[in-house]
Amino acid sequence: MAFSRARRNLIAELGAHAILLTFTVIALFPVLLVLINSLKTKKAIFRAPLAPPDAETFDLIGYATVLAQGNFPFYFWNSLFVTLGSLFLVLLLGAMAAFALSEYRFPFNRFVALYMALGIMVPIRLGTVGILNLMVATGLVNTHWALILVYTAQGLPLSIFILSEFMAVVSKDLKAAGRIDGLSEYAIFFRLVLPLVRPAMATVAVFTMIPIWNDLWFPLILAPAEETKTLTLGAQVFVGQFVSNWNAILAAMALAIIPVLILYLIFSRQLIRGITAGAVK
Amino acid sequence: MKTALRGALLAATVLAACGPAVAEDVTLTIESWRNDDLSIWQETIIPAFEAKHPGIKLVFAPVAPTQYNAALNAKLEGGTAGDLITCRPFDGSLDLYAKGYLAKLNDLPALENFSEVARSAWTTDDGSATFCVPMAAVIHGFIYNKDAFAEVGVEVPSTQAEFMDVLARLKDEGSYVPMAMGTLDQWEAATMAYQNIGPMYWKGEEGRKALIAGTAKMTDPEWVKPLEVIAGWKPYLGDGFEAQAYADSQNLFTLGRAAIFPAGSWEISGFKRDADFELGAFPPPLPAAGDKCYISDHNDIAIGLNAASPNADAARTFLEWMGTKEFAELYSNSLPGFFSLSSHEITLDDPLANEFVSWRKSCDSTIRSAAQILSRGTPNLWSQMWGVAANVVNGTQSPADAAAEMQAGLAAWYEPQKN
Amino acid sequence: MGGKPQKKPFPWHIPVFLAPAVLIYTLVMILPLAETLRLSFFQRDAVSQATSYVGFANYARLFFDPFWGGPFFNALGNNLYFFVIHMLVQNPIGILIAALLSMTHLPGKKFYRTAIFLPTLLSFVVVGFVWKLMLSPLWGVSKDMMSSVGLGHLFMPFLGKEETALTTLSLISVWQFVGIPMMLIYAALLSIPDEVIEAAECDGVTGLSQFFKIKLPLILPTVGIISILTFVGNFNAFDLIYTTQGPLAGPNFSTDLLGTILYRTFYGQQTQPGDPNMGAAIATVMFFIILAGVAVYLFVIQRKLTRYEM
Repeated sequence: MAFSRARRNLIAELGAHAILLTFTVIALFPVLLVLINSLKTKKAIFRAPLAPPDAETFDLIGYATVLAQGNFPFYFWNSLFVTLGSLFLVLLLGAMAAFALSEYRFPFNRFVALYMALGIMVPIRLGTVGILNLMVATGLVNTHWALILVYTAQGLPLSIFILSEFMAVVSKDLKAAGRIDGLSEYAIFFRLVLPLVRPAMATVAVFTMIPIWNDLWFPLILAPAEETKTLTLGAQVFVGQFVSNWNAILAAMALAIIPVLILYLIFSRQLIRGITAGAVK
Repeated sequence: MKTALRGALLAATVLAACGPAVAEDVTLTIESWRNDDLSIWQETIIPAFEAKHPGIKLVFAPVAPTQYNAALNAKLEGGTAGDLITCRPFDGSLDLYAKGYLAKLNDLPALENFSEVARSAWTTDDGSATFCVPMAAVIHGFIYNKDAFAEVGVEVPSTQAEFMDVLARLKDEGSYVPMAMGTLDQWEAATMAYQNIGPMYWKGEEGRKALIAGTAKMTDPEWVKPLEVIAGWKPYLGDGFEAQAYADSQNLFTLGRAAIFPAGSWEISGFKRDADFELGAFPPPLPAAGDKCYISDHNDIAIGLNAASPNADAARTFLEWMGTKEFAELYSNSLPGFFSLSSHEITLDDPLANEFVSWRKSCDSTIRSAAQILSRGTPNLWSQMWGVAANVVNGTQSPADAAAEMQAGLAAWYEPQKN
Repeated sequence: MGGKPQKKPFPWHIPVFLAPAVLIYTLVMILPLAETLRLSFFQRDAVSQATSYVGFANYARLFFDPFWGGPFFNALGNNLYFFVIHMLVQNPIGILIAALLSMTHLPGKKFYRTAIFLPTLLSFVVVGFVWKLMLSPLWGVSKDMMSSVGLGHLFMPFLGKEETALTTLSLISVWQFVGIPMMLIYAALLSIPDEVIEAAECDGVTGLSQFFKIKLPLILPTVGIISILTFVGNFNAFDLIYTTQGPLAGPNFSTDLLGTILYRTFYGQQTQPGDPNMGAAIATVMFFIILAGVAVYLFVIQRKLTRYEM
């Protein structure tokens, strides 16, 4: 009995590994292909795309071309600053608004919720001209703040939408207990509710981060200056410029992938700690 | 008040965009879609200008061609566009001028150095205003791999029949893809195929002007025939050409795997850099021996002045310099295949570029048929041409249907073509 | 503070919580968007360049003029297909992976999770370019791979054929975004209290039936959120098509989505000047289509979902 159950578990586990491994290969293969080929000579890229670089085909010419042209570490810093700044505002302001909307009954509650949800439905890029006018009038063009404000506005609707779903299921007893203990509404929010919705916050963080990090449009319009150029915009210049120079383009893409990967690996620990902490509670 | 503020901010951002410039220096930003040319501007053209004009700094700020229109429009509306704007030919820039974004340049002496034909691409219909300084024209034709031709033992074709024969023999021999062209990006089919060989059939300017006057239709034989010709290319394109992007075609050719590349002269510099075999070029084949020869010699690129530029004087200095022989020579020789539109006598160093230019002697030049006037309405004829030309090469639409579709589109809004 | 006041003072904390978000959102998003939508009621005269109010004329053109309506409804149809593929492929796969990952003692789950989420982190420029390379008949990577498993004869220029281009792009998009449903469902599965699972196990409900009878109903609200996110995301999609197929969404507009037609119209391309007024009309229609979808979710589906306090 015990034996067969263990065996069944083993089979299930192997099956799970097989399926997950398949998806992992599908997910990673294209990325690996770029990384491998970015290290090879042009002839080798075409002759044997699947072969890893060896002594004869190894070539860093692509990286040399790309790095000679742009200030990648600097672009990386710009991207990081803008992304983290926007992320902080989206999470903080989004959670506060979501709490207000899910916790309190007040006139126009439903209306405000719907109003905030409108933003999920229209791509903010359609408002580009208006946004640009606003940034010109406030002197924010070619500053990080122009981007941070736009990304905050863009991220808020979704974060409020998701966070209110999660806040709605936070135990009412807990909050009632807090109020009886004389906690202010602010303390209830920051000390009781926020820690409980950490998994949701982590999720929102990842979803907010990706489109911001990868956005090409607003950096191009609002902050194209060399001082504020983001990594994605910097990499895009190369994609256009070296469209038929595969060494350079593969290197440029590898340089665009690696930082995101590192960033995600750093965040991923926080993320999962957040998710599991919420689950165990 | 508001304009003053905006002007000040604009100046501030333009300065900020260019880092540590000396306070008195004026910095001019050039908006462009030619990101391929970035290093040539940075290393050759800009230093040459700055050496002659201390106090003016130039920044060449290109974006990807697909984003150029969108980004430029948004920046023009928001008032943050650069001082100098790279102009697409004909209707594209005319629209910007009509909206008041490009300054009128009639009083610019440099324009004297350009012929009326050269200026026509950036002049209003009534000829009253010119708004960009012409830079270059591009010529269509075919670039081929000389080694491959020698190896297979084929000669450069001069008529359509010979051309098809060369393709067939290349295919039979089998070591080379006869022709490197794909249809994924669509514009190659319209530009490198239809507009490349088409002028031979619609007789260049004569046919183009008849279409504008409404005395000819896209469904007439001289417009349908070239579609039939390019439909015949299909068997000679590479495997899976439907998913072959422009860059794929370039690589296919420069890696020595294809024999012929239906080209624009702008390919010359890239091909010379990447190919390690000998390159040759021939003009589009004549429909029949003894026919008159027509080539597409298209005004392609110019630079205009942003009407809202706070540095108009400095920008005019630059535009003035663009009219000099010095600029014409620098530009044409650092970007062989972009032929200066100025009237100066220029010596071209590149043999391939000289080959292209030599066709002007034996053939009549014309511009792309959809560029002027015919692309002002909806549906846009030039955009439509991309789509149907790709369909025709793919074999998913018959030449007659394709022609009928373009004619219907034109008839929907263009008065002389209605009925 | 201390104690509950007898007479309620004005609840200042509500505006304090709400105001910053509402303010930034209104100023930076809603007002510029409203300005854009307003454009849909105007049109610029081709000759005089003067802009004038034209009422609903732009909308009438969009629906009834064959040169606008044809492409528009084509794009709408393509967009629905794009969405259906995501619902049928992306979300079930996401749920499957999340369910497997949440199996208690699976070693290596962190690696799987990170790897499968990786494509989601990539920009459209990279995704579009990588897949164009992969599927390129010139480079032949996918052809060689298909041949190695005996499927070489099935290889086609997938992105260049009208019959296969849209499906291929939908699947590329699924590849890119499957990490999102995976993560959300995974988080939801983890937050199911252990007591619930233990109780189920005591009753002998394990394995697959445990997943379908116990866990799935509990995570349905998350599945609902994912569906609506997919819907909104798909109907705003544009970058992937733009980077792989170009602004004309070829071949023969078979990959044209509402997003691509909107950008092409609004900003123009090549020598085709942009038409912000018609573009705004398309944007407004898109907005109402998405609004209708979200309304269906909020008022029909979400009400039927039972929320469990956890």
